[in-house]
Amino acid sequence: MHELAVCQALIGEVSALAAARRANSITDIHVNIGPLSGVEWPLLQRAFPLAAAGTVADGAKLHLRKTPIRVRCSICDAETEAEVNKLVCGHCGEWRTRLVSGDELVLRTVEMQSGPRSESCVTLADAT
Amino acid sequence: MCDTCGCNVTPANAHLVTGNGALAHTASGSESVEVLQGLLDANDRTAAHNREHFQRHRVLAINLMSSPGAGKTSLLEATIDAFGGSFSLAVIEGDLETENDAIRIRQKGVPAIQINTGSACHLDAHMVHHALHELPLSDIDVVFIENVGNLVCPASFDLGQSRNVTLLSCTEGDDKPAKYPVMFRAADLMLISKADLIEVIGDFEPHRAIACLRQLANPAEVITLSSRSGSGMQAWCDWLRGEIAKCRESMQGAARGYAGVVQR
Repeated sequence: MHELAVCQALIGEVSALAAARRANSITDIHVNIGPLSGVEWPLLQRAFPLAAAGTVADGAKLHLRKTPIRVRCSICDAETEAEVNKLVCGHCGEWRTRLVSGDELVLRTVEMQSGPRSESCVTLADAT
Repeated sequence: MCDTCGCNVTPANAHLVTGNGALAHTASGSESVEVLQGLLDANDRTAAHNREHFQRHRVLAINLMSSPGAGKTSLLEATIDAFGGSFSLAVIEGDLETENDAIRIRQKGVPAIQINTGSACHLDAHMVHHALHELPLSDIDVVFIENVGNLVCPASFDLGQSRNVTLLSCTEGDDKPAKYPVMFRAADLMLISKADLIEVIGDFEPHRAIACLRQLANPAEVITLSSRSGSGMQAWCDWLRGEIAKCRESMQGAARGYAGVVQR
């Protein structure tokens, strides 16, 4: 399905980060993924080595953190856990809710191996 | 201040580069960078660019999605007939192979750009961007983007559209929104198509399909229609006219991303 395309996009993002910091290799990539992101994590995990082959992320470990589905009710204002095809309020059963979490597809942290200490650079603008 | 010598380290951000901070270096020269950005940022940036194109030219862009064979192209043909030239339409067709759908649209006198995705199961913002350059947007009121027939992948890629319209043909079963929640959660309008077959099928209940959609916390309007018999076409055309009017009044209000995964 489209997980390979998602992985290729991921490789594009982390490669740009590595280039900006003159890193030699990427060792670990941490991604938050929600069940409503439309991306299946086992497929993403399987597609990743294919997309990473020959890039600066070749051999990197992909760590996926699954985020829970949570909704906030527009009637009783309760925040409750919900299921992927039942996004109703767990407290009062109302269907008019707002998704609080569960649709993320977010690149959280990238760990990379820099060159000699003197050549590595810190870009605070990206993190603040 | 520069990014190399450390003069940009202030009391407010020093925690990031000291101890276990997100940007702290370890003795081995490894670096951990906190990013917190969408995985599909490159696509989303192009989608935002497409959206600007549409806004500047006051074009309503409809992303039409469904399973293969739900009747997207037939609906477009019937829509072209129903409007009878009162609005200027254009179509971007997405299919893995063939120019068949674009030919059908062009036979109706409407410009159509065919995108062949090869093995790709969805359109992305870059493909649509290329197609946009082939359309005279200043002369167009509505661009229909007929996505690749697929209820899974297209929902993950923002194209820059104003509205998502998802077709559910009655032959597919009324529980489709429960089976493909990501797609149906993103719908701004759900069309139950091939309504002329509902009687023949016998076990498709529109109210059950609507209940499944509401379970996804989606308040979208639902129209039951048939391109073949013409039933419901009036309501669909009225909805489109309303959206065209909104689009002309306030492009800012009319344009937004998916309600689903891509609105980050």
